[in-house]
Amino acid sequence: MNEFLHMGGYARFVWPSYALTLAIVVLNIEWARRSLARARAEARRRLRNRSAAP
Amino acid sequence: MAWTWFHRLASPPHVYALSARLTPWFAWPAGALILAGLYGGLVLAPADYQQGDGFRIIYVHAPSAWMSLMVYVTMAVSAAVGLIWRMKIAHAAAASCALIGASFTVAALVTGSLWGRPMWGTYWEWDPRLTSELILLFLYMGYIALRSAIDDVQRADRASGLLAVVGVVNVPIIHYSVLWWNSLHQAPSVMKLAKPEMPAAMLVPLLMMLCGFTLYFVALLLVRLRGEILRRERSASWIREALAE
Repeated sequence: MNEFLHMGGYARFVWPSYALTLAIVVLNIEWARRSLARARAEARRRLRNRSAAP
Repeated sequence: MAWTWFHRLASPPHVYALSARLTPWFAWPAGALILAGLYGGLVLAPADYQQGDGFRIIYVHAPSAWMSLMVYVTMAVSAAVGLIWRMKIAHAAAASCALIGASFTVAALVTGSLWGRPMWGTYWEWDPRLTSELILLFLYMGYIALRSAIDDVQRADRASGLLAVVGVVNVPIIHYSVLWWNSLHQAPSVMKLAKPEMPAAMLVPLLMMLCGFTLYFVALLLVRLRGEILRRERSASWIREALAE
């Protein structure tokens, strides 16, 4: 296991690369969800405002 | 009659519902392929005879770089379709791409830099491949900035769409830069199907990562597309039903 983490001496280049890429993969999922949730909330607000208007 | 599918692609309620239905069909295979590719790349693939375990950065660097280009081309083609046929859905797709592409361009640049340090002896060099990839990041950032500066969605679509289409000239420059100029960056070793330069144990995980990231992009695009459709449909009655679900 230690040998695996050591990455033949390249650990300080390999692991940050993987960590950054996977962080961006996860963040993009979160950002996409939030973007949809925000658009849905805005659309709901617009519908409410219109039905409230005379 | 044969064209009905094309017309339905221009229908917001249809695309909204279809996107929601299709998302898991891309998301789950993407997750499985990426996990398998990670295991194959980190554990099963043998160390490179020159670069040792340092070469394993390829399994995150190449998919990120592939995303940066594929997403840009998707964005530019969608923007062109939107501009030419005044198709709202196409503009919505283009707008969905920008942040995804920009973030993976950052990943490609940083992982490339982390790979360059041990192999080339430098984090950064004003090399044609590296410089043109950096310009790609600026194009994405310009696109995002332009959109956020214009409040009206239709005007933002037209202005940013034009920028996306013009910027596409950079894509072949990035791709061929390693062949046209004397570059530190290696020439492609995967996109030559005739004679791959990697043993299968190295190549298969890489292909899994590339396919996995592509499917992952489609899933992200489908989720974002729904939001962008809602933003463009101010008064459609179908939204009431779509939101009720």
